Amino acid sequence: MRPTRWLRRNLVVIAGVLALIYLMVPNLVVLAFSFNKPKGRFNYTWNHFSTDAWQHPCGVAGMCGSLTLSLKIAVYATIGATVLGTMTAFALARYRFRGRAATNMLIFLPMAMPEVVMGASLGTLFLNMRIRFGFWTILIAHIMFCLSFVVTAVKARVMSMDPRLEQAAQDLYATPAQTFYRITLPLAAPGIAAGALLSFALSFDDYIITSFNAGNSVTFPMFVWGSAQRGTPVQVNVIGTAMFVLAVVLVLAGQLAGGRRRARG
Amino acid sequence: MTSPTPAAGDAVRLTGTAKSYGAFTAVHPLDLAVPAGSFFALLGASGCGKTTTLRMIAGLEAPTAGTVHLGGQDVTALPPYKRPVNTVFQNYALFPHLDVYENVAFGLRRRGIKSVRKQVGEMLDLVQLGPLARRRPHQLSGGQQQRVAVARALINRPQVLLLDEPLGALDLKLRRQMQLELKRIQTEVGITFVHVTHDQEEAMTMADTVAVMNAGRVEQMGAPADLYENPASTFVANFLGTSNLIEAEVAGEEGGTLHLTSGGLRLSLPAARCRAQAAVGDRVLAGVRPEKITLAHRDDEDAIPAGRNRVPGRIVDSSFIGVSTQYVVDSPVCPDLEVFVPNVGRDARLAPGAPVVLHWDPEHTFGLDAHQDIDAGLDGLEAEARGAAPERAGTAATAEEAAV
Repeated sequence: MRPTRWLRRNLVVIAGVLALIYLMVPNLVVLAFSFNKPKGRFNYTWNHFSTDAWQHPCGVAGMCGSLTLSLKIAVYATIGATVLGTMTAFALARYRFRGRAATNMLIFLPMAMPEVVMGASLGTLFLNMRIRFGFWTILIAHIMFCLSFVVTAVKARVMSMDPRLEQAAQDLYATPAQTFYRITLPLAAPGIAAGALLSFALSFDDYIITSFNAGNSVTFPMFVWGSAQRGTPVQVNVIGTAMFVLAVVLVLAGQLAGGRRRARG
Repeated sequence: MTSPTPAAGDAVRLTGTAKSYGAFTAVHPLDLAVPAGSFFALLGASGCGKTTTLRMIAGLEAPTAGTVHLGGQDVTALPPYKRPVNTVFQNYALFPHLDVYENVAFGLRRRGIKSVRKQVGEMLDLVQLGPLARRRPHQLSGGQQQRVAVARALINRPQVLLLDEPLGALDLKLRRQMQLELKRIQTEVGITFVHVTHDQEEAMTMADTVAVMNAGRVEQMGAPADLYENPASTFVANFLGTSNLIEAEVAGEEGGTLHLTSGGLRLSLPAARCRAQAAVGDRVLAGVRPEKITLAHRDDEDAIPAGRNRVPGRIVDSSFIGVSTQYVVDSPVCPDLEVFVPNVGRDARLAPGAPVVLHWDPEHTFGLDAHQDIDAGLDGLEAEARGAAPERAGTAATAEEAAV
């Protein structure tokens, strides 16, 4: 009798903990094996503890180069997609123009289409236009698929904004430029930030589309995939763990800042 | 102001100002002058063009024809941020990402004023919000938000303050309180207020001058008492308070008094108070307000002084609402005459079914053109009830009266 009652009362917590374990175990394995000193080429069995990989994160040929390339592309793709996507979202949410309905639909396509198809067709396009594969083709491809996510996130935000707020600003002597920077942008900011974060994450770990358009360039996901055939270096685990920790810290910092603002207000 | 014109004393002057959206005309060419320092109300049902008119003054809508002058200056081509007016928006439109203080300081800062502290403090005191300066709008009650909206507009000392249904979102009690508050502030700061509302009581309580709008036109403009006593159309007669409108025919005129016949009865109407052409044989509407009518039991008919308009009838419905009792009386001139009797001494005989005589001073009768919709200005439900059955008309009217 009592155990069932206890179970009933704590079911939600138990389910939550189980889901958390399910999500965290792979990350913890990656973390654990970043401290491994593997016997042979493959880092799949525990040998003994070592901090070698953490002390020499760039000790593997080509890895940090690919990481730099991925980060660079992710930053540029995020900026490009966020600026373009925000403008597109405002156009779609605020104005009536010829081709608006078509644009609205086409914007969703990159999200719905299989990545292989997009990657292959983009590759064909670049090939036919005789554009050299490399940094720029990867960047163009990434901006393209990130754009949809930014437009979707920002549009939802802009649609829910009260147009009278901007009218009120104008009524209170704000020029159109001031209205945009003082009212519109701050109000749309959460949507823009969400779009930008999504863009960065999507760009950083994209493999399929990138592999069709990279030419000789090697991004970090491509490096990981390539090295997995020959034996993954421990440093990959180090980078993976570092990214994971950084993301968690950023999210926590964001929540703390938000919580403090709420408490102060 | 800058260029003195004959009408420089007007804070706002609209000349032939009109607005249409495609084939739909929201505001017909409109001439309107708002004297400086006055409390002016634009009154009408929703969709009558009153908000569009206000937005044209603010510069948020461009008129399709005509001009807008503010204090003698033509501002028709000026964008809203260059006009010396400020608006209190419906639902307030407070900036949600700024606190009360920054909301109020917004206009000053945009005009490049650096030290806003003293002014913002004074303004927050005026609307009694000093302690809440660091709150966000969503942390305030409706009435507090409303006062922030007023403070945010007033701090700029505009030539004209525009109010777009500013009390519409508040509950009844708070609304009454804010009406008085707004009136107090207007007297204190001496700025011209242009107030848009659909609430006739609100307009009459607060404004010096009321313009009644209907279907994109101003039906009538004047002081509240003047509009109430001398309505120029059936719309105004029905929209402002309640009117009994009796269809009648002109039988003759003598000494400035028109003699009318209706339902076989004779009624008198001062010719000066008749808005319609009134040659012998013309049809007019004779109107009288329900509170001007005295109700007497048929047995007391002899006590009625001579020279008054008399109509016999039978009480159909009565409802006691405290300050007065409202009767609906079936009579030969009209099946549902309304009579409001002040609650002084109640006559127990005046119950539904009782035979009565209605009488009133002919001076209290007004005449209107019969070529217009007699039900204009009544809301749909009430107009329908009037057409259907007198009993229902009575309950609908009393229900509405009780709700006010």
